[in-house]
Amino acid sequence: MTQSIWRMPRWFHQMGSPKWFYDFGGSLLPWFALAAFVLLTWGIVWGLAFAPADYQQGNSFRIMYVHVPAAILSQSIFLGMAVAGAVGLIWKMKVAFMVARSCIAIGATFTAIALLTGAIWGKPTWGAYWVWDARLTSTLVLLFLYAGVMALNQAISERQIAGKATAILAIVGTINIPIIKYSVEWWNTLHQSSSFTLTAKPSMPADMYLPLLLTVLGSYCLFVLVVLVRTRTQILQTQSGTSWLMQHRDITGA
Amino acid sequence: MIRFILTIVRRDLLLVARQPAEMINPLVFFVLVIAMFPLGISPEASLLSQTAAGVIWIAAMLATLLSLELLFKLDHDDGSLEQLLLAPYPSWSLVIAKVFVHWLVSGLPLILISPLIATMLFLPSEAVPTLMLSLLLGTPTLSLLGAIGAALVTGVRGGGMLLTLLILPLYVPVIIFGASSVAAAAQGMPVDGYMALLAAMLVFALMITPWAAGSALKL
Repeated sequence: MTQSIWRMPRWFHQMGSPKWFYDFGGSLLPWFALAAFVLLTWGIVWGLAFAPADYQQGNSFRIMYVHVPAAILSQSIFLGMAVAGAVGLIWKMKVAFMVARSCIAIGATFTAIALLTGAIWGKPTWGAYWVWDARLTSTLVLLFLYAGVMALNQAISERQIAGKATAILAIVGTINIPIIKYSVEWWNTLHQSSSFTLTAKPSMPADMYLPLLLTVLGSYCLFVLVVLVRTRTQILQTQSGTSWLMQHRDITGA
Repeated sequence: MIRFILTIVRRDLLLVARQPAEMINPLVFFVLVIAMFPLGISPEASLLSQTAAGVIWIAAMLATLLSLELLFKLDHDDGSLEQLLLAPYPSWSLVIAKVFVHWLVSGLPLILISPLIATMLFLPSEAVPTLMLSLLLGTPTLSLLGAIGAALVTGVRGGGMLLTLLILPLYVPVIIFGASSVAAAAQGMPVDGYMALLAAMLVFALMITPWAAGSALKL
């Protein structure tokens, strides 16, 4: 593999510079904050107050507007963390490790929300807070994976080494997620199939479906927002004392 | 490189032979944990024979985990790991040698003693060959996946608990198929599919572990 074939675009390498990421991330922040606020408010108000009640589940189905985005995000974030970690390992970018580190807590939070809301919904619908069903079990295992990544990241005090170790674990975990998913699926299944997919037509009316789409998109924006804030904070922590930061307008206040 | 691997294997086996407790302890632990189940649940034969498959697999998993902590730790503490990594051979060959010895020392004895344990837990005798075969295919996977965690926590304070946190979620598929293959055999059902899946997971673990553990060691 010669070097000239594998050229990444220039912006990609620029993202690896803490200074550039700090400024670029800072300029994106207000947009993601606005989008997350508008989409989540719109989606949740529409879903909770105006969408029609389900003919079987009544109003209890409305927890879906929190549950489904959280469940989708819990897996997306783990994948995103592994991709960021891989970028960090391959191109030796410190910022990528910071992004991966920022993903851990928010991912674990979404996973916990998905499990909690699922349990609350399960009681009136299935008659039990918890069943050892495939989806539930694999989400629980995902929460354990997040816990492991978090523990490893905090156990190693040297940031650079912690970043690399976390990246390796996140990559191995990501490879394992589909295996875990299918193994528990063959083992035991009760959960209904996915509420929506990219390829198939939704099985519910638009009044129920569109608010869900809004909250999912809003949750993605919220996730990006949180990652940007946390990564910028880490840049401030690790780069304190460097000349670009000391002369930055956020520090000098000019 | 083959010679390098063989040298490491011989060296580690010699180290174990000088410290036989290292080999005996996981085995005693395995038997002890299993002995706790009838005490804690019920000594009734019908109940034990139903739970035997899961109990044996979980005990095997815990015994593997317990011994994994020392996989790289002793070499790291006395500085020889650093020298081994400086050797002009890829780090994955070191991982393969280490994992192989670990399995010989902690996995193989479990397989050999499992028929005895199975009888004590009233597992139907038809299921015993399946139990041994599933352990034969599954315990190397446990050692391999565990090596990734062991490499990651080498040199970290309180590594043992952390290792458990990192590795147990990755063991889920092996436990599921290992235990259900034995349960299927006890009911007289075919087990080819389970064995194929366990073998596939072993091949897969053989593919990712040397890379992942090797690069983790070099951190």
